[in-house]
Amino acid sequence: MTHPIVRLLTQRIALGLLLLLAASAMIFAGTQILPGDVAQSILGQSATPEALANLRAELGLNEPAIQRYFRWLGAALHGDLGTALTNGQDIATAMGKRLGNTLFLATCAAVIAVPTAILLGLIAVRYEGRWPDKLISGLTLSTVSVPEFLLGYIAMFLLAVKVAAFPSVATIYEGMGFFEKLRVVGLPVLVLVLVVLGHMMRMTRAAILNVMQSAYIETAELKGLRPFQIIARHAFPNAIAPIVNVVMLNLAYLVVGVVVVEVVFIYPGMGQYLVDHVAKRDVPVVQACGLVFATVYIGLNMLADVIAILANPRLRHPK
Amino acid sequence: MTDDTQHKSFARAISRRDFMSRAAALGVGAVSASALLGEAARAQTPVKGGTLKLGLGGGESTNSLDPAAALSQVPFHTTRAFGEPLLDTNADGSFDWRLAESVESSADATTWAFKIRQGVEFHDGKTLTAEDVLATMQRHSNEESQSGALGVMRGIAEMKADGDMFIVTTATPTADLPYLMSTYQLVIQPNGGLDNPAAGIGTGAYRVVSEEPGVRYVFEKFANYWDASRGHVDQVEMLVINDATARTAALQSGQVHIINKVEPKIAQLLSRAPGVQVKNVAGRGHYVFLMHCDTAPFDNYDLRMALKLAINREEMVEKILLGYGTVGNDIPINAAYPLFDDTIPQRTYDPEKAAEHYKKSGHDGSPIVLQVSDVAFPGALDAAQLYQQSAAAAGIPLEIKREPGDGYWSEVWNKQPFCASYWGGRPVQDQMYSTAYLSSADWNDTRFFNEKFDGLLNQAKGELDQDKRKALYSEMAMILRDEGGLICPMFNDFVEGIRDEVQGWETNNVWEVMNGLAPHKCWLA
Repeated sequence: MTHPIVRLLTQRIALGLLLLLAASAMIFAGTQILPGDVAQSILGQSATPEALANLRAELGLNEPAIQRYFRWLGAALHGDLGTALTNGQDIATAMGKRLGNTLFLATCAAVIAVPTAILLGLIAVRYEGRWPDKLISGLTLSTVSVPEFLLGYIAMFLLAVKVAAFPSVATIYEGMGFFEKLRVVGLPVLVLVLVVLGHMMRMTRAAILNVMQSAYIETAELKGLRPFQIIARHAFPNAIAPIVNVVMLNLAYLVVGVVVVEVVFIYPGMGQYLVDHVAKRDVPVVQACGLVFATVYIGLNMLADVIAILANPRLRHPK
Repeated sequence: MTDDTQHKSFARAISRRDFMSRAAALGVGAVSASALLGEAARAQTPVKGGTLKLGLGGGESTNSLDPAAALSQVPFHTTRAFGEPLLDTNADGSFDWRLAESVESSADATTWAFKIRQGVEFHDGKTLTAEDVLATMQRHSNEESQSGALGVMRGIAEMKADGDMFIVTTATPTADLPYLMSTYQLVIQPNGGLDNPAAGIGTGAYRVVSEEPGVRYVFEKFANYWDASRGHVDQVEMLVINDATARTAALQSGQVHIINKVEPKIAQLLSRAPGVQVKNVAGRGHYVFLMHCDTAPFDNYDLRMALKLAINREEMVEKILLGYGTVGNDIPINAAYPLFDDTIPQRTYDPEKAAEHYKKSGHDGSPIVLQVSDVAFPGALDAAQLYQQSAAAAGIPLEIKREPGDGYWSEVWNKQPFCASYWGGRPVQDQMYSTAYLSSADWNDTRFFNEKFDGLLNQAKGELDQDKRKALYSEMAMILRDEGGLICPMFNDFVEGIRDEVQGWETNNVWEVMNGLAPHKCWLA
């Protein structure tokens, strides 16, 4: 008999893959609904009917949509995303660079934001209702409430123009050293940390407070354990599932939703890349970006569920 | 049939911004007082070396290095850095010979022979020949090339290379042909770029080292560049910074030396920041409101005149451009053009006369709908509101309809009878009028059909006597100003920011950032 946890995990992963397949179909269908076909977008309005027909045949646009969808999906699975209509660059190469940059920025922000948020959450619970709790809540809430671009401009004004601590332009490029890159992304990382901190911190606080009502916490208190030890050792492990969920949600945001920060700090990430190509109706690139974003979102959510399953002792040690 | 063709070109899916920057790409200018400042700077000895960094708005991840595809600002600058056309036009309207050394024309101005400069090397080591020039021009005149310079190539009947000569024959006399050859897309590529149009190989002072569309371009000095008087810095770096605030911050914090497109509203503040200067020069770009002369109620002369008299041009320059511009006169031409007649009377805001014309037009009093979007020009919505107020004072009710920016150029501009828009400029009056005011023009966005105007335009094309030509243009301007559907309240300046260490800056109104020549002519102190 297989361990129930293996069965659960298999189910969850299979569900994730199915979801991804559905998302890919949606993306493909969505871009098909756009007016005009790819051949028309390549040749422009002045295209002759012969040129259009030739190109349609060459691109296989005369085949039924279902066939084209599976061909596109098959190629994408092999890493072949096609070439951009606008400048003829290989999408996988061009997007690979952008995705690498986005992941670098997201990782830098996450490495700082996640531990800080959880630690602040723990402290807030320890001093619940007292000034450290209120101070932490107040500060993080206010940074969440300020729009990202404004936070960006304020950070830029203070830390780049007034005190030249960081460069205002966060453009990173190949050939730049790792530590140089870290210095350059200082400001966008700071802004992203401030943006995601509040949400994660408050969810951590709420999840642990919920557990703090349990009988075993009272037992721990009666044993005479120090408050912080109770929180960190007894309450936190049991609150992992909701915390992991919110952390993953924010990580996904850091990857797919930071176009504003990219624009403000001129960071060459995925967001700006997608927006530019949408504006030019460069369908293959839009499809590829959609697929990558869907993969990241579904993948991180799947990871959150897997961790939540593994973190649940009742599932780990079935009777 | 004619209608059909016209419809098709109106529906062309080219974005208006692309088109406009193509339009604004080149030109010549009148001597301006500040051009003399550039002379003083030139007297200093250039310092060699260093990296000149430009922070530029107007670039996308979709850009390529193919000069034919260059339509927005950043591709303009990259093209100018690595390539050169046969000639450039100077700010005073004279020619700056680059890959051609001289030109000779037949007496009737239909055959033009360019002498190609010898001993010029491409970045890939090949030597420039007249064949390369011919191949380049053929690529840009091919309908399938989708070149931004296609429009200027249309009048050419025949081209050939003969030894070191490149010979062009036009179908009709074209006194302006050398100007057309200075179009920035027409940089000469080895074998015309037919092998790989986006290779970024030209004869310019700077060689492409790294290309990341929409992000960053790096160039280094081409060791075998033919002109020793240009190309002082070792490296040129162009960062694409589309966000205006970020661009300004990059200049202030010293991360870049030069930025383009400084917004008028912050230009004053920026000029007071330490280490930074704001440079502005009157260009040929203009912000406009367009009426379709063939659509009710704008098919009525008196209504058009009422709307022209009901706009306060001075107020617009003061409040929308904050002084970084000049008033327009309902013609697309200003003093920056050669052969401009400055005696044409300036139209001013006159609510009483406007009310008279409005009454005479017999308009039923229903609000006149003006379609506007912020993409029409910076501050278009504010400008429309000012217009609404000044028109209301004349008893003319305007209703502002705000349109989304996405699709504005395909759905509103050149489709709706009354909307806001902008135009770049053209090198010469003939091209400006032929592009948008000739009855048969693709972009006749005011639906202006005037036989007399068309006749004068064709007459001027072949007129080699400059005084007679000037008189013809003046007559055309008067017709357009009074009969046309163009309301042109203002011409905007090019406003740029540079750091104090940038030396050798010259005033050049042909296009922005010294017509793209800052990397070639500036140096770092």
